[in-house]
Amino acid sequence: MAITFDKALGIHEYALHARVRRAEVQANNLANADTPGFKAQDIDFQAMLQQAQSTQDMKMAKSHSGHMDLVSSGADGGELLYRMPHQPSVDGNTVDTQQEQSRFMRNAMEYQASFQFLSSKFSGLSKAITGQ
Amino acid sequence: MSLGSIFDIAGSGMTAQSLRLNTTASNIANAETASSSTDTTYRARKPVFAAIQQSIMNPSSQGFGMGRQDDSGVGVTVEGIVESDAELQMRYQPEHPAANEDGYVFYPNVNVIEEMADMMSSSRSFQMNVDVMNTAKSMMQRILTLGQQ
Repeated sequence: MAITFDKALGIHEYALHARVRRAEVQANNLANADTPGFKAQDIDFQAMLQQAQSTQDMKMAKSHSGHMDLVSSGADGGELLYRMPHQPSVDGNTVDTQQEQSRFMRNAMEYQASFQFLSSKFSGLSKAITGQ
Repeated sequence: MSLGSIFDIAGSGMTAQSLRLNTTASNIANAETASSSTDTTYRARKPVFAAIQQSIMNPSSQGFGMGRQDDSGVGVTVEGIVESDAELQMRYQPEHPAANEDGYVFYPNVNVIEEMADMMSSSRSFQMNVDVMNTAKSMMQRILTLGQQ
C-alpha cells in the first residue's frame, strides 16, 4: 500500500485551508466595520468541510488525460453567506464589531487546534519512518 | 486567497481609518477658522468608505466554465472626501479683520463633539485592524513550524 499525503493527513489539511479562508472573510468584515451599506459575510464551515470530504472520498477514475474532476477544486468552494444582523443600523452596515472580533479570535484558536493535529500527523509519520 | 491577503485587507482598513483620523484632525484644527465670505469658509470634510470587491481587483480570476464567481471582498477603500453642506455659522463681529461690510464673519460648520466621537471610533477601528494583523502574523508563524518537533 502506497502512502500518500492525502491519506495520511486526512481532513486536517482541508480544515486548515477552510480556517484560513474564514479568517480572510472575517478580516474583511472587520476592515469594513465603518463602510456604509456593507453586509457582513461568513462561510458555512461545516458545508465546506463536507464538500472537501466528499471529493476526497469519491473521486472519479480518470482514464484519459482530458478528464476533469467533477468538482473543480477540493475545499476551495464554500458559499459566502450573509449574516443576519441583530440590530439594524442607519447606514445599512451589518457588521457587529464585537461579535465579529470574538468570531475571528475563536477561528484563530480553532486554526491552532487543526494545526496541532496536522503537526502530530507529521511527527507520527517521521516516527514511523525512523522506527524509534 | 491566503493568509497573506489578510495583511492586505487589514492594511487597507488601517489606511482608511488613518485617513478618517486625518480629516478629523483637519476639521478640529480648522473649527475656528473665520472667513469673510461663504465661498472661502472651511467646511467639515468626511471620507466616503466603500468595500473593494475581488472581481474588480482581479477580473481574470472569474469565468472559465464552472469556476464559481468569488464575491468575497478584499478590503476597504476611500472613494473620496466630501465636504459637509450643513449651514455655516454667521457671527456678528465688526471688529474682526475678516468681517464683511455688514460686520459678519463666517465660521466653519464643524461640530466638534461629533468630530471627537468620530476620532474615538476611528482610533478603535484602527486598533482592531492591528489586532487582526497580529493574529494573522501568529497564524503564519505557526505554519512555518509545521513538521518541526
